[in-house]
Amino acid sequence: MKKSPNYNLIIGCTLTAITISIIALGYFWMPFNPDTMSSTEKSIGPNLKHLLGTDNFGRDILSRVMQGAGTTLSIATIAVSIGASFGTLIGGLTGYFGGAVDEIVMRINDAVTAFPSILLALVVISITGSGRTNIIIILGILFIPSFARVIRGEFAKQRYMDYVRNAKLMGVRNSRIMFVHILPNIAPVLLSSIAIGFNNAVLAEASMSYLGVGVATTESASLGRMLLDSQAYLFSAPWQALSAGCAISILILGFSLISEGLGYRPMWRPTTKRRHKSHA
Amino acid sequence: MLDIKNLSVTFNDGRPGMAVRGINLHMEAGDTLGLVGESGSGKTVTAHTIAGLIEKDNATVSGEVFFEGRDLLKCTVEEMRLLQGKDIGVIFQEPMTSLDPLMKIGRQIEETVKLHCKFTSEERRNMAIEVMKLVGLPEPDLTYKKYPHQLSGGQRQRAMIASAFITHPKLLILDEPTTALDVTVQAQIIELLKRLNEKCGVSLLFISHDLRVVRRLCKKVAVMYNGEIVEYGDTEQIFNDPQHEYTKELVAAVSAGRRVNA
Repeated sequence: MKKSPNYNLIIGCTLTAITISIIALGYFWMPFNPDTMSSTEKSIGPNLKHLLGTDNFGRDILSRVMQGAGTTLSIATIAVSIGASFGTLIGGLTGYFGGAVDEIVMRINDAVTAFPSILLALVVISITGSGRTNIIIILGILFIPSFARVIRGEFAKQRYMDYVRNAKLMGVRNSRIMFVHILPNIAPVLLSSIAIGFNNAVLAEASMSYLGVGVATTESASLGRMLLDSQAYLFSAPWQALSAGCAISILILGFSLISEGLGYRPMWRPTTKRRHKSHA
Repeated sequence: MLDIKNLSVTFNDGRPGMAVRGINLHMEAGDTLGLVGESGSGKTVTAHTIAGLIEKDNATVSGEVFFEGRDLLKCTVEEMRLLQGKDIGVIFQEPMTSLDPLMKIGRQIEETVKLHCKFTSEERRNMAIEVMKLVGLPEPDLTYKKYPHQLSGGQRQRAMIASAFITHPKLLILDEPTTALDVTVQAQIIELLKRLNEKCGVSLLFISHDLRVVRRLCKKVAVMYNGEIVEYGDTEQIFNDPQHEYTKELVAAVSAGRRVNA
């Protein structure tokens, strides 16, 4: 029986690959300097010279979107890496060993999750001040609980599996069981939560910039900030808001489709060539 | 070699009564001992206690389990870890789920060696291939690279035996190793275990509710009922002349089954 291809994963990967290559291109070459203003080319619609038009200061929007998406993506990447690695560590330890520590850590986890993360981030930012590093650290920390929860559940489940019990009986160290045996087996869950985490990180960064507490305008362009700035010109120069908004949507759509695709049917699971029936 | 004295296990999680009530067992090197009994009679708990699988916060264990002069119940977790896999091998009922689904068979078989001895990866690979031949896994070179789902149930159980046997343990604890397999494969696995016992002198503690299998493999048998050993002795003697009521019923049940099948 021929299986239908995993369209979610394919489209998601293609979309993400395209956006990432455009962003990567932006680090080496951009059509214009994203910060150069021009008094003669204010708020021009999309044309051959400025593919996405210019904003109210005469800056090239395509260049700004490229830079802004890069900023957003790099913040999201680092924040998610922090969240995923610490989350996996905490979730793995608590889920695998269980007991009182597990209870305590998970209740702290609940308490952190009880606050809307953006709100919490806003509070912390208002104390520490905004800026790229602060945002990365705060988002990273805020992502730890959700990862920890998912990973903890998986470890708690796997810990009673026969192969884990068996590995214990062979004298395998707990650390090796956790990271060599269990971790690969929960990779599908981990990877799809990383993809979802990316979405949340992109959204959180964009919303914070939109609310004006994100990356400072002087540091670099930011998609959320561009949305905020273009609000006043929504009707006179809609391409400004559209470009930034679409960029955010495409980024998120790519990652959502990937996470959706991963949940549907992991592609990297080992398969037999001469398999006749599907293993559910 | 293995000497169990007055072993009792009580679970703390509200399960009523004692799981194991003061049992005594003795095994010499090269012995094959069958531990039979119905579900809940405490045979698996006994095996788990010997193997160090009973978590000490969940159960109260009293008595002594001497393995080559050391009391296993007094060993620390680390000491136990060094014994597990090296001197005491354990094989479970479920070959389907006892192997890590995402690790190649060869690497899983090698793992015990990797943990307990210092060999190069080349030497380990050769040892794995060697033991795979010994347990009768087909095409060891190819099977080495396969994943568990590519093997049949019987092959997986062979792989389990290979991974337990690669370090040449002195004692193999087999917890219903043939229950999940069909009858012909069962017979093959029993033959394999018999061969390992005769050729390599490994002692087998074989736990089963299937008397026929025990009779074919074990020289001695202990019958457990309600956490106690009610009868213990040579297999043939117990089969031909059961003393305890429960053993009589067990033996009768097997012969009744045979009559129906014939």
